[in-house]
Amino acid sequence: MKRALVLGAMFVLGGAAQQAHAQNAPEIFIQNATIFTVTKGNIERGGILIKDGKIAAVGADLKAPADATIIDGTGQFVIPGIIDCHSHIAVDGSVNEGGPAVSSMANIADVLNPADISIYDDLAGGVTTANILHGSANPIGGQTVVIKLRWGKLASELPFQGALPGIKFALGENPKRSGFTSPPGIPDRYPATRLGVEEVIRQAFIEASEYKKQWDDYNTRKAAGEQGHVAPRRNEQLEPLVEVMEGKRYVHAHCYRADEILMLMRVAKEFGFKVRTFQHVLEGYKIADEIAASGAGASTFSDWWGYKVEAYDAIPYNAAMMAERGVLVSINSDDAEEARQLNQEAAKSMKYGGMTANDALKMITINPAIQLGIDKRVGSIEVGKDADLVVYNHNPLSVYAVAQKTLIDGQVYFDRQKDIAGRAALDKEKQGLLDKEKKAAEEKKDEDKKADDKTAAKPNKKKKPDQKTKPPQSGDDSARAIAGGAL
Amino acid sequence: MNRSLAARLAAGLTRGKFWLAVIASSLALLAAGVMFTARGEGGEPRYFAITHARIVPVSGPVIENGTVIVAKGLIQSVGTSVTIPPEAWAIEGKGLTVYPGLIDAGTSVGLGEDSGGDSGRGKGGASAGPPVLGPEGRPGTSPWRVVADEIKTDDKRIETWRNAGFTTTLTVPDGGIFPGQAAVLDLAGNRAGDYVVRVNATVPISFKPVGGFFGFPDSLMGTIAYVRQVHDDTAWYLQAEPAYEANPAKIERPSYDRTEVVLSEAAKRHEIVMLPANNSIQILRALRLADEWKIPAVLYGGQQGYEVADALAAKKMPVLVNLKWPERGKDADPDAEQTLRELRFRDRAPGTPAAFAKAGVKFGFYSDGLPAPKDILKNAKKAIDAGLSPEAALRAFTLDSADILGLSDRMGSIAPGKIANLVVTDGDIFNEKTKVKHVFVDGRWFEIHEDATPPEKPGDKKPSDDSAATAKRYAGAEGAGR
Repeated sequence: MKRALVLGAMFVLGGAAQQAHAQNAPEIFIQNATIFTVTKGNIERGGILIKDGKIAAVGADLKAPADATIIDGTGQFVIPGIIDCHSHIAVDGSVNEGGPAVSSMANIADVLNPADISIYDDLAGGVTTANILHGSANPIGGQTVVIKLRWGKLASELPFQGALPGIKFALGENPKRSGFTSPPGIPDRYPATRLGVEEVIRQAFIEASEYKKQWDDYNTRKAAGEQGHVAPRRNEQLEPLVEVMEGKRYVHAHCYRADEILMLMRVAKEFGFKVRTFQHVLEGYKIADEIAASGAGASTFSDWWGYKVEAYDAIPYNAAMMAERGVLVSINSDDAEEARQLNQEAAKSMKYGGMTANDALKMITINPAIQLGIDKRVGSIEVGKDADLVVYNHNPLSVYAVAQKTLIDGQVYFDRQKDIAGRAALDKEKQGLLDKEKKAAEEKKDEDKKADDKTAAKPNKKKKPDQKTKPPQSGDDSARAIAGGAL
Repeated sequence: MNRSLAARLAAGLTRGKFWLAVIASSLALLAAGVMFTARGEGGEPRYFAITHARIVPVSGPVIENGTVIVAKGLIQSVGTSVTIPPEAWAIEGKGLTVYPGLIDAGTSVGLGEDSGGDSGRGKGGASAGPPVLGPEGRPGTSPWRVVADEIKTDDKRIETWRNAGFTTTLTVPDGGIFPGQAAVLDLAGNRAGDYVVRVNATVPISFKPVGGFFGFPDSLMGTIAYVRQVHDDTAWYLQAEPAYEANPAKIERPSYDRTEVVLSEAAKRHEIVMLPANNSIQILRALRLADEWKIPAVLYGGQQGYEVADALAAKKMPVLVNLKWPERGKDADPDAEQTLRELRFRDRAPGTPAAFAKAGVKFGFYSDGLPAPKDILKNAKKAIDAGLSPEAALRAFTLDSADILGLSDRMGSIAPGKIANLVVTDGDIFNEKTKVKHVFVDGRWFEIHEDATPPEKPGDKKPSDDSAATAKRYAGAEGAGR
């Protein structure tokens, strides 16, 4: 299944041209569909009018404008595009800068990879927006970015314009590097305990506070017209932390255990910032009231646990219990494959915890939108919001549901029928290129052989016929070339 | 002893005593390891006239039946009616074509054939002692390493490159994120210093992580963040240092950091910064970073440029195109899944230069790790087969490369006043059957013998050449003495 979809997708750069197209695109009208608006109830046999990439009208009694492109929704279900609050797709290179304990200088936005096939895979699962996070190797990790899955666009066109940037924090076993053994001669990285994780975070914010003060002093003096002062040195590691303290950057904290979640709340309070989301937060049900009181959101798995010691005390009721106590809860994937069935992951809370269908849907739409501060733009089907929509063939909370079309900004980025129809042509092209390479390789072999024979035939230049005249070539040259050259 | 002998032999040459030349060249062959130090004593012939040749100046239209005068390392004149100085050696160019010397704008030639090693590299993170844990540890950073000071004149590739018509290289250091400063070299000279055309030619940057698993940076984004911090630091030092010097009584002394000092000097002379960018995503990223950092950038790699040629043209960003076209690794798993994107890339990469020419992107060529210079021209031919005009290909190897490196006032074309870097062939330079007959590097003449046929020259009674594919120089040849 996945393989087939992969074959059907081809990344072709054409960003600017498509962007221009979206501005003058004809109106789209989705008609006669069951619409789950998430915030404004469900509509049977309703219509959605899309204009300039936005939702222009939603309702049961809408008529299609004469020149609109029609998407027939008969028997189909439309929901807002799914928002994945924890994703690592579309990243060029490692998602972890694991060298320093505080890797806040690293920025996912620098290394977005629009050609990552996972973007298309996840589109095919109805995901339209994803929070692309740095990994969890450090107490304070790298800077993060929210993207829309605009497959085929340039890296610069992926970020969700207007969304606040974030930063990844991580608590527990990963940042303290449980289970890692450094090779001889290389000291273990500090910290190695949960206590140390706390200390590293506190120390970083103490330094960031001092750094902020340096700049504030400088700016004050400069504003007062004092001459001869040299600006402080910019610090790429501390600047994002200053932004956190100034409320300009969200903290998304990877965590499992209740005790360390409470710890981070205390540290955040000390330095005057708020944790925007606790990620994974498998023991959140134990401290749901405290999380709710702190104003943080929780972004968790439905039923994924037991993969390490700190992930054992988990229950499938976590999401429902936290929601019941007033925590804003989302269900995330943390995985390119799982992201393709977030609708089913959300539905599990209907079984475990008795959530309503609409509350379950909220956990993959409007709730993560609020957590990422983008709920004025996406997360529900309302007039004026971005036309990020998924059309399913069944109720999306059913295991039979398969996404048929995924739209972002009113543009169809995934169309299951077109995908299936296009596979043969792509297969053919691929086979053609493989055959061409094979033929070229054989010709080269013949040529080399001829050259060998010629050399061997020359007097005084005796060589074994099988001796190659070409110098040996190094291993995977193409990989090196793709990686940016060997200079 | 060698010294005086050389001086006497050389002196004989300028007086046109050809028998001395005969002895000189025989001696050069016989006495392996003879190193002449007679430079500057008037030892070598300094005046040449290539007559009746087809001349491709690159900077102007082709001249049929023309003459090029080389005088003291420079091109003195070129045309159909030029006066041949009496002291000039005449080289009959009938049936031959004269091109400007080719430039390989990215290679390790001149650094020794094992230059891939770690000589002089900066702290490579995990490999050298305790890992570097942040930007302040300056991982993989040694911008003070200057290629011009590390030339290995016994690098055999100097001769093979030169014999193939490459007179000039941008020789780039390897190892680390800031491996050092590349130099422009002319591939001949008596001493290493003779090779150097420009000492501080470029500051190459690599985005390859150097930290291993335990050091910083161990990711692409960490590496970019590190380069960004170094950029900040350099910008800061450019402010802080003069501010302190102007007011030492009021301002705290900036601490000494070799990286900041060296890179701020490079910034002051607007030294070119080479950013790695091979696929289209890397290219667009590099364009953004060059904008952000406001550096005089040149991209290297460029092989997927066919996807983003317009974006490069819009930014007027020059590109050094790697002629080592991507191919499936020889040892690649035959069953490994290959994406259509990879296959298309391998198929279309040679079309990049044509796309650049069409879009108006200025580009040069470089060999990267190609093992033999004939492969460089062969791979350039692939670009021509994919739609690049031979004229544009020649420009990329000559004037455009020189222009990108800021040296078009002294090399890259056949015009009066330019360095006498010339390659003389018996046909079109991109034709595989074409043979290079003569090469001039800084006005030094090399006669190339690919077979035993001795060249026809008046009065030249050279002993028969018993070694195939050698280049011989008349007098004072450090290379020929091997």
